[in-house]
Amino acid sequence: MDDLLAVTGLTVGFATESGLARVLDQVDFRIGRGEIVGLVGESGCGKTTLARAILGVLPANSARISAGSIEFDGRDLLQEDPDALATDIRGRAITFVPQDPFSSFNPVFTIGRQIEELMKWKSPDAEPGSGPRRYARARRSSDLERVLELLRIVQLPDPEALLRKYPHEVSGGQRQRLMIAMALLPEPKLIIADEPTTALDVTIQAQILKLLRRLAAERGVSVLFTTHDLGTAYEICDRMTVMYAGQDVESAPSDSFFTEPRHIYTVRLLQSLPSRDHGIRGIPGQVPDLTAPPPGCRFHPRCDAASALCRQTRPDPSDVGAGHVARCWHPAQGEGTP
Amino acid sequence: MTADALLSLENLSKHFPVLNVWKRRSGWLKALDEVSLSVHKGEILGIVGESGCGKSTLGKTVMGIHRPTSGRIIFEGNDITHLKPHQSRGMRRDLQYTYQDPGASLDPRWKIGRSLDEPLVIHTRLNRGARRERVREILDAVGLPDGHLDLYPHEISGGQQRRVGLARILTLHPTMVVLDEPTSGLDVSVQATILNLFLDLQKRFDLTYVFISHDLGVVRMVCDRVAVMYLGKVVELGSSDEIFDRPRHPYTQSLLAAVPQIGKGRVTETFWLEGEPPDPGNLPSGCRFRTRCTQARDDCALAVPPLVEHSPGHADACLYSPARRGYSPA
Repeated sequence: MDDLLAVTGLTVGFATESGLARVLDQVDFRIGRGEIVGLVGESGCGKTTLARAILGVLPANSARISAGSIEFDGRDLLQEDPDALATDIRGRAITFVPQDPFSSFNPVFTIGRQIEELMKWKSPDAEPGSGPRRYARARRSSDLERVLELLRIVQLPDPEALLRKYPHEVSGGQRQRLMIAMALLPEPKLIIADEPTTALDVTIQAQILKLLRRLAAERGVSVLFTTHDLGTAYEICDRMTVMYAGQDVESAPSDSFFTEPRHIYTVRLLQSLPSRDHGIRGIPGQVPDLTAPPPGCRFHPRCDAASALCRQTRPDPSDVGAGHVARCWHPAQGEGTP
Repeated sequence: MTADALLSLENLSKHFPVLNVWKRRSGWLKALDEVSLSVHKGEILGIVGESGCGKSTLGKTVMGIHRPTSGRIIFEGNDITHLKPHQSRGMRRDLQYTYQDPGASLDPRWKIGRSLDEPLVIHTRLNRGARRERVREILDAVGLPDGHLDLYPHEISGGQQRRVGLARILTLHPTMVVLDEPTSGLDVSVQATILNLFLDLQKRFDLTYVFISHDLGVVRMVCDRVAVMYLGKVVELGSSDEIFDRPRHPYTQSLLAAVPQIGKGRVTETFWLEGEPPDPGNLPSGCRFRTRCTQARDDCALAVPPLVEHSPGHADACLYSPARRGYSPA
């Protein structure tokens, strides 16, 4: 498949008081055009760091990108001029839906002002490369039309009145709808949604996921959907990539991911979901300290299939099925899984 | 209420005043409205609902953190509704509460050992050696090494903080524990070990839990009975199997339909519920769910439907409950 985004061998560390934290270790990751890819893993596995690296918003003073490339639509984002990235990639070709819709708006401006500010710089009509000193009246009114239309598409009631409101006057679900609308307004090729439903109730979550899935399909936008909730990933994703402690461990189409996981970590992760059939099973042990990660496959201290090989070298990706890649020396063989 | 009820709530209400800009009361927020429940000895009662439905207010009102507006709370046969602080101290030993976020509820400047020691100093007359003995025993029960006594809360992980929070209340050997969102914010693999710990401890110390959660998958796994709340009201109450397999109230049905189920049909293709909960300070008349309910009819707006036990052990508050006699699907 034609890839929109291909991350290859990306290695990122953070300088901390106790030394360099190796947060991403030679991560491979890709997204096809129009595909919704879930990036799943537990907290601290590096999924947010990967999303931020793609967006180019890692903290400049502490993050160290030591190897790898991020190829987006034919351009290597790590080699590109930072100014060019800021004008025509970030916020234009790649947009972002944040985790917390409550703190992502500025509380002292109306929603309309904030959307207008976005459109002033990132509207699809704005000429690339030059920031607008003046916001031409014709473009302003055409942008407003576009905003109102999109607010209707994301099923927000009475969009004209909504634009005059302040962020605290709308509910969490509506704020997240606004965030999705704002991510779609620049007509991007890729939306990075960082746990967009964790702050929401389950009935609202179902509505938001439904909306995101429908809009992505209609507009042919690719979505990178990070989540720690396997259930929501199942709902929306075409394909999944699992990460553990900064390493990508498995990537598979949704169907075979849930029915025949191959990496032992994925198997254990799926088994720790509460289920009637097998009770509650956790994964013993703890996530490793990233300033001194275990060598080889980072899951080996908690893995019951680990061998000497696992402790020394990390396996390369190997095909274990149609579009199904696992990085495990001893992949599970059709073990009974939920 | 039944004889084996450890805790019963009778028409318990908690209304918060809504203040306008001049700090004058402009209305009441009915966080908890005429709730009657009983918790039997040795069971795990789940309280589920979305944010703002009053499930945490319920837990905190039972604990005396909020003063109830009306109604009665009866614990072990005694009315504890209006106890003065010094009177409630004896009761507190038996009825304990764990906060949502133990990371925020442990004193950041105290070592774990001191935090665990404090309840014993307040509630018992044990000497230092006996207290240390008791703390070690509990620490072992929740699966933490002794070395953790000398660590500060920020030095341990979220899952371990929950274990400390649990250890802290278990040192007093309570009979009942209110667990407020005990697994929120935990990863699934950690959550599973914590849930197993709850179940182990329940058997070992003969505990009764009130398990407040928004995670329906977890509630189904651990709870014997479940109460579903919507905007301050219990809309359905029954055994776990009844609620999850044969939900009757339209709200319970839509809540269950919204939960993603791996391997089943996709919720994003089938989910029907529109809209969001109304403002709790300005509730609709009659049934509070009627503004979102697909089966709502005119008489739903007339009166608040009471919680009626249509079959033994399974009650719901819907005028058109499928269990209601004379029900005819329109």
